[in-house]
Amino acid sequence: MASTITSPATPDDRVSTRSISARLLSRPEIGSLVGAAVILVFFLITAAPFRDIDNTGTILYQAALIGVMAVPVSLLMIGGEFDLSAGVAVTTSGLTAGLLAYQFSLNVWIGVLAALVFSLLIGAFNGWLLMRTGLPSFLVTLGTFFILQGLNIAVTRIASGAVASNSISDMDGFSAAHAVFASEFKLGGITIKIIIVWWVVFVAIAGWVLLKTKIGNWIFAVGGDAAAARAVGVPVKKVKIGLFMAVGFFAWFTGMQLLFNSNGVVQSGEGVGKEFLYIIAAVVGGCLLTGGYGSVVGAAVGALIFGMVQLGVVYAGWNPDWFKAFLGAMLLLATIVNLVVKNKAEAR
Amino acid sequence: MTTTKGFATEAATSPTTPIVHLEDCGKSYGNIQALRGVSLSVRQGEITCVLGDNGAGKSTLIKIIAGLHDYTSGRMSVNGEERHFSSPRESLDSGIATVYQDLALAPLMSVWRNFFLGNEITKAPFGRLDSATMKRIAAEELSKMGISIPNLEQPVGKLSGGQRQCVAIARAIYFGAKVLILDEPTAALGVSQSGVVLKYVVKARDAGIGVIFITHNPHHAYLVGNHFVVLKLGRVALDVHRADITLEQLTTEMAGGSELEALSHELRNVNPDLVVDPAQVAESGVQDDPVEPAEDNGPEKKEGP
Repeated sequence: MASTITSPATPDDRVSTRSISARLLSRPEIGSLVGAAVILVFFLITAAPFRDIDNTGTILYQAALIGVMAVPVSLLMIGGEFDLSAGVAVTTSGLTAGLLAYQFSLNVWIGVLAALVFSLLIGAFNGWLLMRTGLPSFLVTLGTFFILQGLNIAVTRIASGAVASNSISDMDGFSAAHAVFASEFKLGGITIKIIIVWWVVFVAIAGWVLLKTKIGNWIFAVGGDAAAARAVGVPVKKVKIGLFMAVGFFAWFTGMQLLFNSNGVVQSGEGVGKEFLYIIAAVVGGCLLTGGYGSVVGAAVGALIFGMVQLGVVYAGWNPDWFKAFLGAMLLLATIVNLVVKNKAEAR
Repeated sequence: MTTTKGFATEAATSPTTPIVHLEDCGKSYGNIQALRGVSLSVRQGEITCVLGDNGAGKSTLIKIIAGLHDYTSGRMSVNGEERHFSSPRESLDSGIATVYQDLALAPLMSVWRNFFLGNEITKAPFGRLDSATMKRIAAEELSKMGISIPNLEQPVGKLSGGQRQCVAIARAIYFGAKVLILDEPTAALGVSQSGVVLKYVVKARDAGIGVIFITHNPHHAYLVGNHFVVLKLGRVALDVHRADITLEQLTTEMAGGSELEALSHELRNVNPDLVVDPAQVAESGVQDDPVEPAEDNGPEKKEGP
């Protein structure tokens, strides 16, 4: 211990001893990057259609559907909480926009904005209830999960008389909204869905916020040690409620993609189980389930792994029944790799 | 521990007005009175030691001053103004910084991020973090305090307990604390690490900061303290200047004093054969450190709702 105490005049020359490779290895997303590379090579070898450049757009699209939601879910996990209602909240948002616009013959955009407000409110409610009661987020959001799941089906049946919302594809504003949320374009022979572009933008912004801003610092702090964060003046409640509202925002965005990509119809039973896929993407990407550590970029790589595996299994000609088992094994493997890499890097 | 020499004279020459002054302060949780009629003055450049057993009300006292709880009776003035803090932020803004024993820093965050947590330096555009400046300042401030941490990117959880305390103290001083509350800074540390922390406590005092040093170790308190307050069952049992007490008296007071005497009689009555006479123990040289075993601070944290 005494050796670490030097006189104030002594300059510290030990800073440069950590090698670049050690610093690289200590990044939370490194495990997922290695995993993604392995899986890419594996399917390139075993599945011929995987090598077809046309299918790249499809794989990226599958990844983006999970990836957009993995952005806020990973931030929330770094902030020490998680949200089981995230999957059905996407459906709720799509249904809100579709049903409101149809039932009241509104411009589609009014439905879209109403869905945004409602999604943000759901997030705020989750966060507020959590902060108010001090219950674990598992319980609180399990409650909202069932509430929303029930509401989705019940309200849709009352409004439309069926299990899906009425189509809004011929209503005012549909084509403009479709262009924003669900259009596609060609890029060098690959069909790119617009959500892939949005996904990249969201990951870039969220990744920057997390590492380069005050808010990001606070997210790490409230997840790492909420009491310590509060004691130095970090507004813990605002940060956590804000994170739940971020989940709400991205649930809205994904919900709009769901609505406008399927001709303005949303199935009310959709979304159950998706919340776990978002959590898997975040964990595979290096987020610590206990909070305080993780990466948005890692979660994006996690979502990419999901997309590659889901379509790789199909392209390899295997029975898709195997997909879930493969996914579970992937999760365990990634978690162990993360753990080993993290321990090794920290020991240097 | 040569740094502690000669501060008795210094203490005598700095009788400034109190920065934090508690008068007849009390705190009750429902029907439990955790703190009753406590008066306390914290002056610049002085170390006020608050001693007491588990559950004596030490934690409640610092929580009031740190803004985690409000008091329910009496009055507290900061810089001569009566205050009720509703959040730690308000307390911090009044120049009161608290270094907690166990919740000082976020373990998985890097040293420099922890140093600036809640006080981040940002730059245009978009208010991004000025990490280069923050790393430079953190390194400067830490080395000014004589603590050297080779890699500021390393997570705080990798530091030793003493280093962590020092980072927290250096941080509080850098952000202009006028009053520094140290909650059992040496409780979980070994002898040499405790020495390191005590040295920073003295440095903080020499920088003109009013220090409230919470401890249940009279030896550590006596090494650095100018003023001693002993709490018992939520009341002030002793309030004395350093000049008016010896280490032995303080130790006895902490150990329970007359209560201990009564206890030994009581125990002897239970089974005379099994209880060693305290006088005999003293002769064999065991009584030197009656409170030395590291006490578990756990139960005290549970007070309050």
